Amino acid sequence: MTESQPIKAVPVRHPGRWVATAVILVLVAMFFNMAATNANFSWDVVWENLFNSQILKGVWATIWITIVAMIVGVALGVIFAVMRLSPNPVLSNVAMAYIWFFRGTPVLVQLIFWFNLAALVPMLSIGIPFGPTFASWDTNDVITPFMAALLGLGLNEGAYMAEIARAGIQSVDEGQSEASSALGMSRAQTMRRIVLPQAMRVIIPPTGNEVISMLKTTSLVSVVALPELLYNTQQIYARTYQTIPLLIVASIWYLILTSVLTIGQFYVERHFGRGSSSHVRQTFLQRWRRNMFKFHQPPPPPSATLLDPNSGVR
Amino acid sequence: MTTPMVKSESVHKRFGGLEVLRGIDLEVQRGEVFCLVGPSGSGKSTFLRCINHLEKVDSGRLSVDGELVGYREVNGRLHELRDRDAAKKRREIGMVFQRFNLFPHMTAMQNIMEAPLRVKGEPAERVRERALALLDRVGLADKAKSYPRQLSGGQQQRVAIARALAMEPKLMLFDEPTSALDPELVGDVLDVMRQLALDGMTMIVVTHEMGFAREVGDSLVFIDGGVVVESGHPRDVLSKPQHERTKAFLSKVL
Repeated sequence: MTESQPIKAVPVRHPGRWVATAVILVLVAMFFNMAATNANFSWDVVWENLFNSQILKGVWATIWITIVAMIVGVALGVIFAVMRLSPNPVLSNVAMAYIWFFRGTPVLVQLIFWFNLAALVPMLSIGIPFGPTFASWDTNDVITPFMAALLGLGLNEGAYMAEIARAGIQSVDEGQSEASSALGMSRAQTMRRIVLPQAMRVIIPPTGNEVISMLKTTSLVSVVALPELLYNTQQIYARTYQTIPLLIVASIWYLILTSVLTIGQFYVERHFGRGSSSHVRQTFLQRWRRNMFKFHQPPPPPSATLLDPNSGVR
Repeated sequence: MTTPMVKSESVHKRFGGLEVLRGIDLEVQRGEVFCLVGPSGSGKSTFLRCINHLEKVDSGRLSVDGELVGYREVNGRLHELRDRDAAKKRREIGMVFQRFNLFPHMTAMQNIMEAPLRVKGEPAERVRERALALLDRVGLADKAKSYPRQLSGGQQQRVAIARALAMEPKLMLFDEPTSALDPELVGDVLDVMRQLALDGMTMIVVTHEMGFAREVGDSLVFIDGGVVVESGHPRDVLSKPQHERTKAFLSKVL
């Protein structure tokens, strides 16, 4: 048996890549030159304000609204997805109407609407429908900026999450609910114990995108005077007129937060994709190293599809 | 005379415009291994699924252990069963699927324990003991902690049988249990089924394994076009088919 020799050949040259690299390097150099020489950027102001306590409070509020609105959105989403798939026509039509309405109106409009709810319903009360009331509150006391933000963002997110959850639930093989019915499990048990845990693999990645998108959408809440990152930034530059540097400060914080979320999303997805994908996806660092130092290598094969139909069966 | 385990009188089922069952008449006795054979699309799997109400019967009477499937008879009128009551009846009927349908996010042990724990609410310790005994019975005592995808098709199907048995059913339905398996894995599954038959379980088996039907089966019906074409003892039907369609089918599969 002869030992096979590794092939030694002249690799294919890629002159186009070098031209593209050169063009991009020039553009990047121009940008940095502009950023460094244009005094209007006022980098010193950016640096001074980056850890300003009002800005940090805004960052904290942004994180907090994102978390709470996502919890509301995910909970509503799962409930409406299950309703939409229910054999009960009333439930499924209500779910469809909800999704239609909240996806069909801009979230900014919804936010302003909730904030001005008092103009429509001055008092909120609990009681028997068309009968006596037990307790009531002034709407303006109940709908604080935070409540308006929560209702606007949460209800809107619920509509999107409902569609994501529905796709996840429908991705689970019908044989699974059949098998659990055959064992005598109820519809609710089947959903909770068998279908939803398997749907998670499909639901998680787009939910990650929704979290990142929500983080940025919270900036809309500034219109109802909730002191989150953008609102607090505006408060400062309304005083100092340093609009651009302060918007850069806000952007830096948004970028930091979305970067953290992106990295988190990568690991969560890798965790839920376990066993279903033929190879483990590389981390950012691994990919960066490969791309930087192995310029001539072909790109890696696309990672196996998340929903490999054969993954469950050998 | 004791009531038969399953009694089907003129059972019809249609999907849209397609009439899949056009009047099935048969009786399955207690302790019997009852084989359903026939070409694909003949309605044999549909009939099996009607027995535990995964499909609704359109007309005719189908009863299990003397009780109507999917309906309650009050003063001569039929009332549809609520989901909850239908589920209660399914507990007593085990079903094994062609594609196993094990729960992929649970270990073999959890697959077996799920229904007795959640549906019957039995104490965990007793369920665990029974699950281990069942795994041992299907020859997979060492696979308790394995997930379905770590098991071969034959092992998955044996876990699926153990999962159905864990509910202590009085009737077991097998829907082509070996059709999705590599040939060398078929034997292990049939061995488990053979042992189950020896233990006296009433079994209805949709199968293409004529050897198994001949050796283990007590009765066999040949279904084609949604009706029972021929029935009798497996040895007689398989070696001396009376009907032309049975002959044509058997000449292809034997």
